[in-house]
Amino acid sequence: MFLPSPWRQFFPGILALAEQQQTWLDSAATAQKPQVMIDTLSQYYQQGVANVHRAQHQPGERATRAFEAARSSIADWLQADANDTVIFTKGSTEGINLLSQALAHHFQAGDEILISAYEHHANLLPWQQLARARDLTLKVLPMDKHGHLDIDYAIRQLSTRSKVVAISALSNVIGHRQSLQPLLAAARKAGAWTVIDGAQAAVHQRPNVQQLDCDFFVCSAHKLYGPDGVGVLFARQHAVTALRHWQFGGEMVRRCDYQQAEFLPAPLGFEPGTPSTANIVAFAATLDWLQSLDSQAIAEHEARLHAAVLTGLQERGMQIIGSPNCALISFNAPQIHHSDLALLLGEQGVAVRAGHHCAMPLLQSLGLAGALRVSLAMYNNGDDIQHFFSALDQALEILQ
Amino acid sequence: MSGLSRAAQQAVHDFQSCQQWEQRARLLLQWGAQLDELPEALRTPDNLVHGCETRVWLLLDQQADPLCFQVASEARLLRGLLALLLLRITGLNAKQMVEVDVAEWFALLGLSRQLSPSRSNGLTAVLLKMQALLAQN
Ligand SMILES: Cc1ncc(COP(=O)(O)O)c(C=O)c1O
Repeated sequence: MFLPSPWRQFFPGILALAEQQQTWLDSAATAQKPQVMIDTLSQYYQQGVANVHRAQHQPGERATRAFEAARSSIADWLQADANDTVIFTKGSTEGINLLSQALAHHFQAGDEILISAYEHHANLLPWQQLARARDLTLKVLPMDKHGHLDIDYAIRQLSTRSKVVAISALSNVIGHRQSLQPLLAAARKAGAWTVIDGAQAAVHQRPNVQQLDCDFFVCSAHKLYGPDGVGVLFARQHAVTALRHWQFGGEMVRRCDYQQAEFLPAPLGFEPGTPSTANIVAFAATLDWLQSLDSQAIAEHEARLHAAVLTGLQERGMQIIGSPNCALISFNAPQIHHSDLALLLGEQGVAVRAGHHCAMPLLQSLGLAGALRVSLAMYNNGDDIQHFFSALDQALEILQ
Repeated sequence: MSGLSRAAQQAVHDFQSCQQWEQRARLLLQWGAQLDELPEALRTPDNLVHGCETRVWLLLDQQADPLCFQVASEARLLRGLLALLLLRITGLNAKQMVEVDVAEWFALLGLSRQLSPSRSNGLTAVLLKMQALLAQN
């Protein structure tokens, strides 16, 4: 299978794994890092560190400048408007938790939160727990038989009681990308805040938050070839003022005495404590580098890999979940427990994910105990796919 | 390792004779196929082992003398690992069971990696539940 990746050479981690006879097909969990990200991190620490925003000294100024430059460059990558806000978080999970708590005071018993049936626990549990605490209704929007969100049905579910519509732009199990704009537009008309979980989608297509026209958007750096422990919460200008401060501490306060305090507005008011400055700077450098590449060529490469995996699985009679069209595919072998297959693939140095993929309700609703997932990134190539299929064939032969 | 039953010694010999992972996997499947599984009626939520992605049920038969664990698993390779675990502790009393060095046992079989904490196959969770059941006993 001749599908070379011209970008593979930029990822020392994928090359190191290959030397360890490991084929990385679990990028939806976390992606390997490009050299530029590693270099930026190392340079940041090498030149001497300082806290941001608090110090009058020159190293502090330099750190603050780098930090705020990273914020603008990430806003630029998101194609945000100048008045929109980028809040740094630990990741998508924290971004959604922040929203569920910082919006909570707007909701009354009987109000509705709408999510899809395929949400990751990160975009389910914060809303579920909020609904339970405040007596709200959590409405779960169903999928059709292809595992796609039924958009027309979803729109019909909206009412004046709908307060939040929180949807993943790409399911980490089904791997299907679809246009959410009509739903988002209808939700806004109904007066609901719209939240996009971009954790999976952002790495396969540069987000355009203005075109998407959502109120909030979250993603995680580590799935975007960036460092661990950093994420972004994007908020539109008109939505950011709805957020109430949710965590308290240094950096986020304007005035404070023993009994009361006044807080800074977003973003700083939502970034208490010392931020992950080095990682944030390295994340921005990673995105700058990504933007310097031919995104069309990357998308085409990933689509070819995806098609090759899909065809190979279909030829072998594997049961594929839904109709995936992007980046990842979940499947089971008939009559074989997913963990048996995963163990034998692992024995052969193939790193795929097996289990419920942090989407237990989804797998339960499909009547599955679990599934295997192959996920792809720009550095994968035809050899990876070939290795996967020869390992799969071996495993199937042993288990059949 | 001291105190291995004859059957356990034989298993060590069989696993150590495996040259390749395929042979080890096939042997593991054979062990799994021999496991007397917990009857369906006893596969209750109470007997489920928490913390494995694969469903595993575990029961300590209080009446039996010597003590006897019964297990069931949906996955065939895990069933093999469980059968090997039971092989190691069968015939021991509670105190002896707790003292068994399970890591050493699986290392002897060339199956150490199956015990690592990141494994979601559940063997580690099974061990914890076994210890808890023995402590209650
Ligand atoms: C769709 C989706 N949402 C949210 C998350 C959570 O991301 P993180 O663990 O980086 O916070 C994930 C991670 O797997 C995901 O796939």
